[in-house]
Amino acid sequence: MSRHLPIVAVTPFPAAAAHELKDAQLRANLGRATRTIRDKRARVVAEVPDWEELRERAARTKDEVLDRLPELLAAFEAAAVGAGAVVHHAADAAAANAIVADLVRQQGAERVVKIKSMATQEIGLNEALADAGITAIETDLAELIVQLADDTPSHILVPAIHYNRAQIREIFAERMPGFTAESDEPAVLAGAAREYLRRTFLSAQVAVCGANFAVAETGSLVIVESEGNGRMCLTLPGTLIAVVGVEKLLPRMADLGDFLRLLPRSSTGERMNPYTSIFTGVTPGDGPQRLHVVLLDNGRTKTAQDPVGRAALRCIRCSACLNVCPVYERTGGHAYGSVYPGPIGAILSPQLTGQDAGANRSLPYASTLCGACYDVCPVKINIPEILVHLRQTGPKPAAERAVMSTLSWVMRDRRRWRAALRAARTGAAPLRAVTRRHGGTLRRAPWPMTAWTAHRDAPLPAPESFRDWWRRTHAE
Amino acid sequence: MRIALFVTCLNDALFPQAGIATVAVLERLGHTVAFPPEQTCCGQLHANTGYARPARELERHTEAAFAGHDVIVSPSGSCAAHLRAHTALPVYELSELLVDVLGVTDVGARFPHRVTYHPTCHGLRMLRLGDRPQRLLRAVSGLELIDLPEPEQCCGFGGTFALKNAGVSGAMLADKCANAAATGAEYLAAADNSCLAHIGGGLARRPGAPRPIHYAEILAGTGARA
Repeated sequence: MSRHLPIVAVTPFPAAAAHELKDAQLRANLGRATRTIRDKRARVVAEVPDWEELRERAARTKDEVLDRLPELLAAFEAAAVGAGAVVHHAADAAAANAIVADLVRQQGAERVVKIKSMATQEIGLNEALADAGITAIETDLAELIVQLADDTPSHILVPAIHYNRAQIREIFAERMPGFTAESDEPAVLAGAAREYLRRTFLSAQVAVCGANFAVAETGSLVIVESEGNGRMCLTLPGTLIAVVGVEKLLPRMADLGDFLRLLPRSSTGERMNPYTSIFTGVTPGDGPQRLHVVLLDNGRTKTAQDPVGRAALRCIRCSACLNVCPVYERTGGHAYGSVYPGPIGAILSPQLTGQDAGANRSLPYASTLCGACYDVCPVKINIPEILVHLRQTGPKPAAERAVMSTLSWVMRDRRRWRAALRAARTGAAPLRAVTRRHGGTLRRAPWPMTAWTAHRDAPLPAPESFRDWWRRTHAE
Repeated sequence: MRIALFVTCLNDALFPQAGIATVAVLERLGHTVAFPPEQTCCGQLHANTGYARPARELERHTEAAFAGHDVIVSPSGSCAAHLRAHTALPVYELSELLVDVLGVTDVGARFPHRVTYHPTCHGLRMLRLGDRPQRLLRAVSGLELIDLPEPEQCCGFGGTFALKNAGVSGAMLADKCANAAATGAEYLAAADNSCLAHIGGGLARRPGAPRPIHYAEILAGTGARA
């Protein structure tokens, strides 16, 4: 069965955003949530005197991974297999989904518990397992909310950020078996989810997870989480299947420290996350006795070959760029049509899928290039630079191309430019009287400037250009 | 000092006052301003909209126009940032030239008005102008500088973003205008007339809101835009 990949936008960003912008409740929820989390992040980052050095070093480590990808993958595999894991390679989403479904079937399981994982969101694993008759249950609180609501995540770290607690109580009341609470206090809602999930953990035979980091030197996987549900999934079921993007590698265990300092402060605004699990292969008699690692490519090797765009693969999925993005704050994550929303999504989704996939070509334009994302990125991904690079290498409308090349032709010669200034001034002259009433700006402009004046007045060409003034006053 | 002015295409065509004010400030301080006439556009619009080749041609054109000049000033944070990133030209945004190169914060201006300052994104995050423009404004006689709430938030202009994503741009603009209006200032100043054209276009639709002004015009002491 084929369905579109959860990283392919169906609707172009401007149209999807227009739809989301109509939702005043969504904008209020997002404004409150992102402001809280970005203030928290700013406070705890300011406490770290060597933050800039940490960022530099982490960026270099991730670039080393991209430079040595095949070699480090082989090293990881050798070490993991040596410790008792089974390693699989998946070129794309379909391959990864098929591997996981087969592994679950081999265990005779009808359901799996899941740790929050972007890689499995990216490949649409839950839907693929459902097609194979297997129920996947999300155990991260926010992922569970989204799953119960039959919705899609709208944020990398906080997938249910678009809901407030009253809305969450309604979702639980409607969809969570045994939920009866009247209160929407966070502790009550979390308590109900805990009751529900506890029963699930104890009966699950198979767990599916991703990984925040995969250490090539030791074959270890690292999972960083806040709730402890992940630790339950990693320790209780007999079989554990990890779906890991190949860019998650770190060369050495010694590299991990930098990232464990950068990630929690950047993502949740905490100095340290509550649970960090590092696991290597299988330990007889303790924890899962079968560990499968599915190394996922899905466009990553291709992306790593682009000298500019490859930096997107440094991403450690912290979401700091979402929380500071003025566009994300207005539209929410669904407008991006991908499980990777916000600034990182705008450069990651089109690269993983190719810009011709669905409406992904519209994503690199979903930014003012304000640069707030680059400032907070813990691995120094120059997101504005990659956005511009993708605009420059991606498909463009023919009419715009013609306008741009005419404009640059005019601007490459001062006589042509001066003539154009004069023509614009003459053309605008009749409008000058109309605009006098409101301070010289134009309230309604003809096409193609209608999109401009829908939201703001337009300026008119000056009665005398600067260069004419200069000639008049400074001619030698 | 002999200083070459890169006025920018936008100021040349739509907002010559910013260029005239820049000349006035520098001449008042005793410097000689040159205007290399071959200059047009730095290529930022083309580059950021996705047209690499025309952008490169305009960058080369600008390099040729300013060949031989040791100090170039521009009253535009984003154009100065673009030229610095894509050419070898010694370009300074006006506040960098005044504060860092000429060592001046009091330019001898008078502007008896309440003013709030919006630090535009490229000035803030690409050039790292910091509080240079505000230091210059605080030294202006009669001027009361009022803090703008959420100053570092983008106004929503973003070049062709304002047209391609007009809805989101409009939503960002509405918040910027509301913050500007909340200050009770008479003027909203900034270092980039592209952002100011967008913000000013929004403010024009709010009775009693601050009026947009390039901060060079305040430093020139020429008062409000006509």
